[in-house]
Amino acid sequence: MSFLELKDLRIHFPTDDGLVKSVDGLSFSLERGRTLGIVGESGSGKSVTSLGILGLHKGGRARISGEIWLDGEELVGASQEHVRGLRGKKMAMIFQDPLSAMHPFYTVGEQIIEAYRIHNDVSKKVARKHAVDMLGRVGIPQPERRVDSYPHEFSGGMRQRAMIAMALSCDPELLIADEPTTALDVTVQAQILDLMRDLQRDFNAALIVITHDLGVVAELSDDILVMYGGKCVEYGTSEDIFERPEHPYTWGLLGSMPRLDREPTERLLPIKGSPPSLINVPSGCAFHPRCAFEERTAGRAKTEVPELLETEGGHLVRCHLTRERRRAIWENEIKPNLEAS
Amino acid sequence: MNEEPLLSVQGLEKHFPVTKGLLKRQVGAVRAVDGISFDVMKGETLGLVGESGCGKTTTGRLITRLIEPTGGTIVFEGNDISHMSQGRLRPLRRDVQMIFQDPYSSLNPRHTVGAIVGAPFRIQGIKTEQGTKKAVQEILELVGLNPEHYNRYPHEFSGGQRQRIGIARTLALKPKLIIADEPVSALDVSIQAQVVNLLEDLQSELDLTYVVIAHDLSVVRHISDRVAVMYLGKIVEIADRKGLYEAPMHPYTNALLSAVPIPDPKRRKERDRIRLQGDVPSPLNPPPACRFHTRCWKAQDICRQVEPPLLTLAPGHQAACHFPENAPSGSAAAAPQEPAAAPAD
Repeated sequence: MSFLELKDLRIHFPTDDGLVKSVDGLSFSLERGRTLGIVGESGSGKSVTSLGILGLHKGGRARISGEIWLDGEELVGASQEHVRGLRGKKMAMIFQDPLSAMHPFYTVGEQIIEAYRIHNDVSKKVARKHAVDMLGRVGIPQPERRVDSYPHEFSGGMRQRAMIAMALSCDPELLIADEPTTALDVTVQAQILDLMRDLQRDFNAALIVITHDLGVVAELSDDILVMYGGKCVEYGTSEDIFERPEHPYTWGLLGSMPRLDREPTERLLPIKGSPPSLINVPSGCAFHPRCAFEERTAGRAKTEVPELLETEGGHLVRCHLTRERRRAIWENEIKPNLEAS
Repeated sequence: MNEEPLLSVQGLEKHFPVTKGLLKRQVGAVRAVDGISFDVMKGETLGLVGESGCGKTTTGRLITRLIEPTGGTIVFEGNDISHMSQGRLRPLRRDVQMIFQDPYSSLNPRHTVGAIVGAPFRIQGIKTEQGTKKAVQEILELVGLNPEHYNRYPHEFSGGQRQRIGIARTLALKPKLIIADEPVSALDVSIQAQVVNLLEDLQSELDLTYVVIAHDLSVVRHISDRVAVMYLGKIVEIADRKGLYEAPMHPYTNALLSAVPIPDPKRRKERDRIRLQGDVPSPLNPPPACRFHTRCWKAQDICRQVEPPLLTLAPGHQAACHFPENAPSGSAAAAPQEPAAAPAD
């Protein structure tokens, strides 16, 4: 069994307007030392998945089913207290906005020390030394002095570094980063991406990076999972996704994005319409109202939910089009348009 | 082309005072925009890029005269508008409009789409032939919204559709110049592309001139004819799109371009990257002389003592650096020369 394994995870929220199916049958596995990128637009269920793995929906209104196996332990059925004991120690999270994720009233040092002492029976002095070490490790200058600073005294990039230090303080084996660089400027983003890549190698943790930015995913990930409407629509190695994508939604994402590494194209090739509401997910394939190739499925996309099937060597695609057809469309109709004429 | 620029900005400055104590004694100033000059020709798109705190948004607000500059001039169609009174500015507001970043906070939630897009007609007291409602519906159709949604409220629309409502309001009075401040950064990737395409279509249909303010270098390259890079209140480089992206001269531009993540997993190992250390310094206390010297790997003593002027180093390509890269030989900028008078075009 893999280090982390999700089997048919479903996270549904009952609301007055209906049942919100944020995550609807998600399965994947991840080994230590590997990085999985989860890509999707707002409302695709990517953040709900990460909070679900950390057990942060427990005790709320969410209806959770399926299985989450972390290092041989099942988490969906585990008690809240048990999962709390794992959080921080076994698995940790880096949030998007460090200013709202850190407590403004306590110094950065106090917050790292608190987390460290919950999981390790050490004196305050030892914990403080550890906090200074961690801050130094993530590249904060003068960590002995900065450990006593408050979050607001840090710049955006430094704050994100402090948050990474906090997440790593108990040496977690699973690290989930939810939009870790979205709030940062591009030069600082590059620093943080480098840092995350180095630290993951040093700590040999399993890393899940959740983002809407295909560039960030390509920089970090070994494997990529594309989510749409609460389901995985395509899964593969990052080479599979960027060089041989087979799902029309992935094609749409690639066509929507202007790229600096290629000659500028005349026009972008957006996906029509907007992401679906998770209360009224379209029938059949959730993507069919926006899909440019929907009519080639002879109406099946409207009525039948496609299965997530393997096309080749672990590359999974959820689409009614046949493999040959998808490959022909990619080679002849999509790929040439992505490159400038 | 020797025509008059639609908009000409010379030595524009905006210093926000920092006060202290009961008597509000001024103890300093945030030099948000500190002496920038550029021209915008009719029909072109100028991109303004930079990191947070570089003054790009303040520049947009100065051009639209939402705030008053502390120095320099803004000339629009031959009229100096830098210190015009609100009353005299009113007719000008028809010609210069703004698209905002956040489609959630820039639309009044208690007004219908019809009221929002019709507001410019009401405020400017403009009567259209077939009545305001008809005119508004035509604009809604132009930006790709259903004209029957005239009576709906903003919360009934998705983020991309709301941004379209904002664009419709901007277009209501057929402006000549549109300042778009981060028009797509709050939108999902697939929606961003729709809005970028819409902006381009509208430009060719309605003969619009854009100043697009954004931090995303790939979007700016896609949409702009010329691009200006700002750092701590100054323009460090301005050039046409091809020149700036293919042969950047200022080290900061180089660093910015190199920091953009490339969506190509094969390329991540082979890329030669420039990694800037640290963050952008505070504009309250910008470094002396060349403001980039604290983070620049090429910095020498001269960079800490003499501020490099913005010089024309190649046709249509200006950069403010003592040690520019990709500069054609003969334009040795190491010794400060006369500042370039007018941008070459």
